[in-house]
Order: sequence, then C-alpha cells, then structure tokens
Amino acid sequence: MKSIRLMGTTAVAVAMAVTPALAQVASLGTPEGQVSIVAWAGYIERGETMAEFDWVTKFEEATGCQVVVKTANTSDEMVALMNEGGFDLVTASGDASLRLIAGKRVQPVNISLIPSWANIDDRLKDAPWHTVDGVHYGVPYQWGPNVLMYNTEAFGDTPPTSWSVVFEEQTLPDGSSNVGRVQAYDGPIHVADAAQYLMAHQPELGITSPYELNEEQYAAALDLLRGQRKLVGRYWHDAFIQMDDFKNEGVVASGSWPFQVGLLQSEGFPVSSVIPEEGATGWADTTMMHVDAPHPTCSYLWMEHTLSSNLQADLSVWFGANPVVLSACTDGSGMQTAEGCTANGLDDFEKINFWTTPVSQCESQGECVPYYRWVSDYIGVIGGR
Amino acid sequence: MSRGAILPNRGLADRLSALFWRRPTVLLLLLITPPLLWLGVVYLGSLGALLLQSFYSIDEFSGVVVEEFTLKTYGELFRAANMDIILRTLTMSASVTLASAVIGFPVAYFAARFARGRWKAVFYLGIMLPLWSSYLVKVYAWKLILAKEGIITWAADSVGLGFLLDAVLALPGVGGNSLSTSFIGTWLVFVYVWLPYMILPMQASLERVPVSMLEASSDLGASRGQTFRTVILPLAMPGVIAGSIFTFSLTMGDYIIPQIIGTSARFIGQAVYQLQGTAGNIPLAAAFAVVPIIIMLVYLSLAKRGGAFDAL
Repeated sequence: MKSIRLMGTTAVAVAMAVTPALAQVASLGTPEGQVSIVAWAGYIERGETMAEFDWVTKFEEATGCQVVVKTANTSDEMVALMNEGGFDLVTASGDASLRLIAGKRVQPVNISLIPSWANIDDRLKDAPWHTVDGVHYGVPYQWGPNVLMYNTEAFGDTPPTSWSVVFEEQTLPDGSSNVGRVQAYDGPIHVADAAQYLMAHQPELGITSPYELNEEQYAAALDLLRGQRKLVGRYWHDAFIQMDDFKNEGVVASGSWPFQVGLLQSEGFPVSSVIPEEGATGWADTTMMHVDAPHPTCSYLWMEHTLSSNLQADLSVWFGANPVVLSACTDGSGMQTAEGCTANGLDDFEKINFWTTPVSQCESQGECVPYYRWVSDYIGVIGGR
Repeated sequence: MSRGAILPNRGLADRLSALFWRRPTVLLLLLITPPLLWLGVVYLGSLGALLLQSFYSIDEFSGVVVEEFTLKTYGELFRAANMDIILRTLTMSASVTLASAVIGFPVAYFAARFARGRWKAVFYLGIMLPLWSSYLVKVYAWKLILAKEGIITWAADSVGLGFLLDAVLALPGVGGNSLSTSFIGTWLVFVYVWLPYMILPMQASLERVPVSMLEASSDLGASRGQTFRTVILPLAMPGVIAGSIFTFSLTMGDYIIPQIIGTSARFIGQAVYQLQGTAGNIPLAAAFAVVPIIIMLVYLSLAKRGGAFDAL
C-alpha cells in the first residue's frame, strides 16, 4: 500500500516541486566492503559478458567494496525496488529520478566529496532531472538519444531526414510503400515522439514540450498515432525482438536506440541511424543514492569511480550511449573515440527532449494530460481505437 | 499391590504418537493448518487485496489513487478501448479452445482406444514432451517460424502457394503483415502451447468409456457413426469440458505470447501488467484482473453442470 500511494502522490509532489531538506553525507568514513546498485541491464559490467568490458573489478580491488548489482527492466521497477529499500544506489532515468526525489527515497549528494564532479559535461551538471532547487540528488551516468534506425538497402542514397517515414504513409526510396515496414515504441512515452513531430509540423498547436500537452495538443498527437497504427505491423518493446524484426520481418525504419543500431551493424546487417530534423527524445540516467543507504562510503567511492573517463568511454561503447565526462571521447583512456561519440549523438544534445514523466500540473501551461492517461489511451490506439 | 508392567521411559515421539492417537483432531489440525494458511492468507488474502483495490479509483487530475469505495473504475471497463480488450481476449480464448478441442480429440481418441503398449508410451511422451521445454523458448521459436522471412513463407513460396498465404493474411481483422504480426499467428501459437492441456483430460475420459458399452451399442445395431455420436462423445464430454477449462483460462491469463507474436493489440493480461506497472493505475488494473475471474466462475459453474469435474 505504501508503495502504491507513493507512486500516485509523486505525480503531484513533482509538480509542486517539494524540496525535502535531507541530510547529506558530510565526510567519508572507511569503506564498508560492499555497495549494492539497482541498474539497467548492461550498465554495470564486470567482464562476464565480454572480457574487455569490465569497469568493476579494478574498483573492487582498489576500494575493497564488493559491487552487487540488481538489474531492473523498467523505471517503475527501479522506483519499486528503491521504495523497498536495502540498496545503496540506482541508475535512474529522467522518468524515475524526480519520482524518487519527491518520494524522498534518495538523498542529496555532497558534491565536494566527489572530486571528479568538475569534469562533468556542463550541460548535465544542473540538469533538471536530478537537480531540484539547486540541490543535487545524484551524479549523471550516461545519456543517449532515441534515434531513427533505417535499413540502408531500402533507403539507398537518400537516408531519411524526417520522422515522417514512421508517421505518414509514403513511398520509400526502394519504390515500395512504408505500410507494414515501420515500427514504433510500444510504450506510452512514444506519445512524446508524436508530440515532438507535431512541434515541427503543426506549430499552430503551440507545443513547447512534448511531455507537457494540453487536451487539444494531446488529441492531435493521438490522431497522428492512430494514423501510424495503420503503418505498423507490430510495436517494439524489447531491443532484441526489434533487431529480429529488422532481420526477419522486413522492417526498414523505426525509432530505436543506438544499442540496437550498433549490434546490428556489428553483425554486418545494413542499418544506420539518424537524428531527424525534428529532433529526438532521449534518456539521461543519474546515479542516485538511497536515503538509508547502508554503505555510504562505498557509494560515494562508486559515484566518483563512475566519472573516471575510461569507465565512461567503455560504457558508452558498450551501450551506444554518451559519456557525461567529455574527455572520455577523446583522451583515449577507454575504447571510445570522437567519431564514436558523434555517432552516438553527443553533438545533438540540444535536439533531444529527455524523458520525463508527464504530470497534470505542468510548468508550461498549467494543466496537462497526466501519464496514466497516456497509458490507457495509447493502449486504445494500439488496439485500433 | 502389583507394581504394574515395567515399561521403559517413553520418549517424545512415543508421547506424541499417543497424543495423536487419543486426540485425532490435534493431528488433523497440525496437518491441515499450513495448507489452510496458504490458501487463506497467501491465496485468498491476495485476491481480497486485489478486489479491494478495484473498488478504489484514480483521481482524474492528479493521478493519485483515491481510497474511497466507488464503482467508477468498473465503469471504466466499459469504455470502448477497454471493452475491445475484453472482447478480444474472450474471442481469442474461445477460438483457441475450440481449435484445441477439434485438433486434440482425434489425437486423444487414438491414444486412448487404439494405442497399445509401447505406442501408448510414445503418445504420452509426444504429448508431454513440448511441456518440458521452456515456454519462452517455444514462443520465440514460433516467432521465427512465422516471420515474414521465416520457414512458412519460404515453403509456401517455393511450392507456389504464396498466394494462399497472402490471401489468408489479407483477411480483414485477423490478417496482417506477416503471420507473426497477425492475430492468426497469436492464435496458432496459443493452440500449440495449450494443446497438451486439452488432450490429457480428454484422453483420461475416453479411456474410461467401457468397451462393453461400445459392444452393446453395436449389438443393438448402431453404426460406427451412431456409436460415436450417441455413446462415446457424450461420455467423453466431461473430459472435453475439463480440457477447455485449461485452454480457456490459460489463454485468458497469458500476457507473453501476445506481446511477442501478434499486432501489439492488448489482451487482458497485458493491460493489467501495463496499467499496474507503468501507469500506476492499480484500481483499473485490479478491475481488469477481476474480469477473467468472473468469466471463469461463470464458465466453471456451467462446466460443473456438464460434469467436467468427474473427469479430473
């Protein structure tokens, strides 16, 4: 019950921007020997999947803090696990981080205890998804765009420049229609992609943020999505199923993550990706610390460790994401290169609208359609309503 | 005067068994309490909590769950999009059940009446074997089989029957871009996965049809067809109904197959999963979860009248 109520109240609490004045750690003690982290799959690698991707072993040897990872598949799972407690850290995306702050599940981070804080990309230091009223509730971890992945054979010499290939019926460069050959994300947050498309193509709607839609803007976005339903055979929710659909179902274009693009390319499959002219949505993750973290010193040591440029470099190669420490792209400390960062969308930060949870009391226009309606209406759209 | 029989000191076990002998109810209570607790607290308790949630509602503006009793959430089930989900699930469950019965009956009939000795074992194994491999592995395998560039399309094209497949996929409502992105595909996989649950109870009930009755039937001049219709089928019906309970309820509760194979249109299980997981709309998720319970209660009471539970 408690967690249920928490989930609900956070929506309101976020809107009202509550600032729980919680104590932060003043100084570090001796390492406690362990740190337990709730993380996305593939985010914390110790060389068990592929030997060269390991950013845990050395940390454990240097600090004596054993890293224990609990993987979570959705932002909601992360929030639920943190509500349960018993964990030190979580790699929360923007649609979870504010809920955690409002729910008082995470504590402010004392950045003076994190020497590498200064190295963080200036664009992320005070990002609104982890900074509330000037208080930092976490350390940025990685970020990435939701790109438009396309089959280079189908598009030939004219790669797509607009999201219209997945939103509006048209003939693709290979001469066939796009009906049945495009996909869209099977999550209600995809409504934001539609809204972003409308920002560029129907400016008269006056959308300023794709996560803050009034009734009229929201209805227009749903209409666009209803049109998209006629083009989409199946929506994607699982990265590996989407890759399979590109290989076996004749899908040639879809919103996707750099992760799938990279994996398909490494298999020699003819795909590429682009951030279209309308911009893209994206995710930015933050390492946050539980209010009752049982191992605070190890937690701080880990947060400092996450900012080391070789971890950032290797992780960004592994996950197809962008480092939050810019030098990771160029200093050769890990596997990442400047070209790799560009391919992952490092230069497109301004074009990206990062995932946040839509709330009813929104900043830009007072009253917006809240997330739970996005969920039920998107179910209807996929069901053909 | 007499000092009585000399008995050794009795140990704990002896005294316990004596207690159980003198008071059988103690033993009974001891044995029955854990399962009763399980049923009462874990099973019915969680069901009760679920039911309770479904009478709450979500506040339209803030998205907060309002803990006041209301039927508003149940009213929401009647919204067009939600009715679609319920009807879609019901239709799928019914057609899967029907197909399983039609396909399963001959198999069960043969296994029960004609297979002997080693062949019987082979039949049992053949039916059970698919149940031993992981459900997910089977579903993913089917995704590849049904894919647009999968083996079925390839086989149809290479024997010149591609047009037939295209015609099937062009069917309005159930067709789609490929078998794996259509309702036909979802239906095929459901039938494959749940078929054993239909065959086994049917076989059990067919085996219970006494041979003497069949002989009597033919002695009285009934043709084979008449015997089948008037003797075998009615006697095997409880088994068919028992099997249909499995296939119907399993299809209705499943949320993984339609997620991997099909058009992404939601079924009840998926709706529950999504509403409670990502939307925080627990009341509507709970109300959705109550729907299959009610449908199954109705179904079971009908099945009970059909004598299905005699065959379990």
